[in-house]
Amino acid sequence: MMTPQTEAELAEMVGAAQGPLHVFGGGTRPIGRPVTGEALSLSALSGIVEYEPGALTLVARAGTPVAEIEAALAAEGQRLAFEPMDHRTLLGTEGAPTMGGVVAANVSGPRRVAVGAARDFLLGVRFVDGTGRVLKNGGRVMKNVTGYDLVKLMAGSYGTLGVLSEVSLKVLPQPEAVVTLTLHGVDAAGALEAMTRAITSPYEVSGAAYLPGDTPRVFLRIEGFAGSVAYRAAQLKTLLADLGQITQTDTPEESADQWRALRDVELLAGCANVWRVSMTPSALVDRLLPALGDALGPYQLDWAGGLCWLGADAGAGAADMHTRLQALVADPAINAGGGGHATLIKGDAGLRAQVPVFQPEPAPLAALTRGLREKFDPRGILNPGLMG
Amino acid sequence: MEMPAPNQAILGLKDRLVARLQTVLPADAVIHDQAETRAYECDALTAYKCPPLCAVLPSSTQEVSDVLRICHEMGVPVVPRGAGTSLAGGALPTADSVILGVARMTEVLETNYDDRFVRVQTGRTNLSVTGAVEADGFFYAPDPSSQLACAIAGNIAMNSGGAHCLKYGVTTNNLLGVTMVMMDGTVVELGGAHMDAGGLDLLGLICGSEGQLGVVTEATLRILPKPEGARPVLMGYDSNEVAGQVVSDIIKAGVLPVAIEFMDRPCIRATEAFAKAGYPDCEALLIVEVEGSDAEIDEQLGLITQIARRHNPVELRESTSAEESARIWLGRKSAFGAMGQINDYMCLDGTIPVSQLPFVLRRIGEMSKEYGLDVGNVFHAGDGNMHPLILFDANKPGDLEKCEAFGADILRLCVEVGGCLTGEHGVGIEKRDLMVDQFAPDDLDIQMAVKDVFDPQWLLNPAKVFPLDASAKRRAA
Ligand SMILES: Cc1cc2nc3c(=O)[nH]c(=O)nc-3n(C[C@H](O)[C@H](O)[C@H](O)COP(=O)(O)OP(=O)(O)OC[C@H]3O[C@@H](n4cnc5c(N)ncnc54)[C@H](O)[C@@H]3O)c2cc1C
Repeated sequence: MMTPQTEAELAEMVGAAQGPLHVFGGGTRPIGRPVTGEALSLSALSGIVEYEPGALTLVARAGTPVAEIEAALAAEGQRLAFEPMDHRTLLGTEGAPTMGGVVAANVSGPRRVAVGAARDFLLGVRFVDGTGRVLKNGGRVMKNVTGYDLVKLMAGSYGTLGVLSEVSLKVLPQPEAVVTLTLHGVDAAGALEAMTRAITSPYEVSGAAYLPGDTPRVFLRIEGFAGSVAYRAAQLKTLLADLGQITQTDTPEESADQWRALRDVELLAGCANVWRVSMTPSALVDRLLPALGDALGPYQLDWAGGLCWLGADAGAGAADMHTRLQALVADPAINAGGGGHATLIKGDAGLRAQVPVFQPEPAPLAALTRGLREKFDPRGILNPGLMG
Repeated sequence: MEMPAPNQAILGLKDRLVARLQTVLPADAVIHDQAETRAYECDALTAYKCPPLCAVLPSSTQEVSDVLRICHEMGVPVVPRGAGTSLAGGALPTADSVILGVARMTEVLETNYDDRFVRVQTGRTNLSVTGAVEADGFFYAPDPSSQLACAIAGNIAMNSGGAHCLKYGVTTNNLLGVTMVMMDGTVVELGGAHMDAGGLDLLGLICGSEGQLGVVTEATLRILPKPEGARPVLMGYDSNEVAGQVVSDIIKAGVLPVAIEFMDRPCIRATEAFAKAGYPDCEALLIVEVEGSDAEIDEQLGLITQIARRHNPVELRESTSAEESARIWLGRKSAFGAMGQINDYMCLDGTIPVSQLPFVLRRIGEMSKEYGLDVGNVFHAGDGNMHPLILFDANKPGDLEKCEAFGADILRLCVEVGGCLTGEHGVGIEKRDLMVDQFAPDDLDIQMAVKDVFDPQWLLNPAKVFPLDASAKRRAA
């Protein structure tokens, strides 16, 4: 395994590589088609380079553990507002999630619906392309339109366009208070109604999720200054009163636990296969879920209905289920031009090698994607095939 | 600013080109009369002018595709244009190019409140997107000062920001999907109405690509529920250092205002003379705006004024009514106009780390003396996006060149202290030649390689963004 200690060393190793490389940070997110290649770990490229609380910006090397960054931010009363999911529980993996890994997979949590995704908080990157060149884009300031935005392109590229060496991020203050409202006993349609009412109200919810099952519940999170949180919680209770019984958390810890479980999709940790589907809330809840019929297993809605996590047990049907989900997402009758994607997040290596893990793109987009890969990684050595 | 010499062979194609364009567009949508093409000779960077070969005003994605296919076949460069308010010369034509304006494409195609998006043709102006949804309690967040005039097309191409982007983000954070026509006429859909890309984030790449990768004809935009209310507080300080410290303290205290605007003395004086907003005569003025219900606003303004008082303001004025709010914003909103009354001006757009604010303002003051040109500063302080306005006299020989040299020095300073050349206006031709100060040759090469993928012949807006010598080989190929 190669473990570069510096960016220069990383560049040298990539430039000198004779074959495919399997690039990873903490190794906690084995997502995508399995890659065969020499292991390249970013774990030693670690440490916070610069943190300016008054400017809400932080720069860190790609291998820096997320926990280290979160601790440094917490000490100043700040946080990563996009609330990156920790995949270890769901995927049964070990190791320390790294900041580079979060960025490479564009990992966000429930707060994404209110504040944006990892890609929206990524201000700049340094990376090594497939030829071993050290490149930079963006910077460490909050507004920057100088040249093309390769920062967005690198977020969610899973190490296939370049190996991230350093990332710079926008951070936000932690709120003074947090309260979670729970609406009990609603079905999926009722949950969508509740979440939609809440998110289209002026009362700023920073999370809206739904767990179906025997005790179905909608969770709504409200954060901010104490007076404001109390006011908005009261307004939301009135707004949703006709939909069912509503309870409220008493302590911030209680809220934090609930949202950590939702963020990490703990509900589906026991499932052998897990998919993540992003569509408009109405396409997802009103059309896609009903279309699945009996095939619909345990699931969780997040992002006010715009994100669905679907679980299934191991079995011969997994590949079929995958094909069906991706076909439904691409079906205009379900989706009416809204776009969207279904991604296999959890599945054994055999399944991941067999199916297109990421939603297949229409031909002209696939051609652009291919063209970009040829420019960033002309030899095709960076996590080849991972994204299809 | 140098522009490439027009290609004589293409100039000679004009009649054939116009004839072909007339086969796919209504007669009034092909503008080729020399007097009429003058209307497209520049954008808001008026120091540079050049009438195009012709201009076309298509009404649909299909017509845009037809136009591009013809230009592609004939090897004619195309400069996309929205409303022509670019301050960077992004929509400046060359004599051998076709201006493709989307001004006739202004329809709202779909409004969906439950899924919180609106889909529009990109010629629609920024403000009229909000106009289409505000009766139902929604708004489109990015709000460039030019929002009455500028089109969504230009907003996407420049990734435009606005006064309220501290809380809501800039265009890229509010853009869900686009319909785009490639130079060869192929129509592609990027993104949709859902959140985040399923594969590579091509949408994120398109936003801010300055019309060089494709022509964006339709856009799906995120809309948000309107806050219950908003109110600003105005504060004046004796020094830029102290005002800078106040900004940083407010942010650190955990308040996230929707806007923190900063004006320095030259700018305050100019706006006072022009708009009479009742601003104090002081070194630095801040306008901080927060949103919510009345009680929530009081809670946040309470905290902000507490911080403000600790730094001994010369004036502290909290708005308690809509009229007072309007008066506080009046001066800020007329700042550009006020500076324009004094003289011609050039508006810069660099971004710096907030901590560098006092240093950079001091250096700009020193340089202003060295160059003998006055400069006023008005900017979005929360995110470090500065807008120095350099005053010059366009009728005085040499003044424009001096002003440009001064501007270039300021932008280089922004880069030196850890910032960048442009925070929201884009590179265009204005900052094209300064790109080498921010980027190493390889950093530029990989960006140009992206253009190679989308537009291999470099026909779309070819003389922008990249220094001409850096892009010469690619443009010639
Ligand atoms: C007084 C004033 C105040 C301003 N304030 C702000 C501000 O607060 N914040 C801010 O960010 N900007 C501001 N601007 C700058 C300007 O308004 C923005 O850059 C705006 O987005 C440009 O929009 P437009 O439609 O006028 O685009 P144009 O000027 O027509 O074009 C701008 C760029 O977009 C490209 N383009 C146009 N249409 C398309 C298309 N369909 N497809 C692909 N590319 C296309 C052009 O080729 C060009 O490169 C201001 C300008 C003025 C004059």
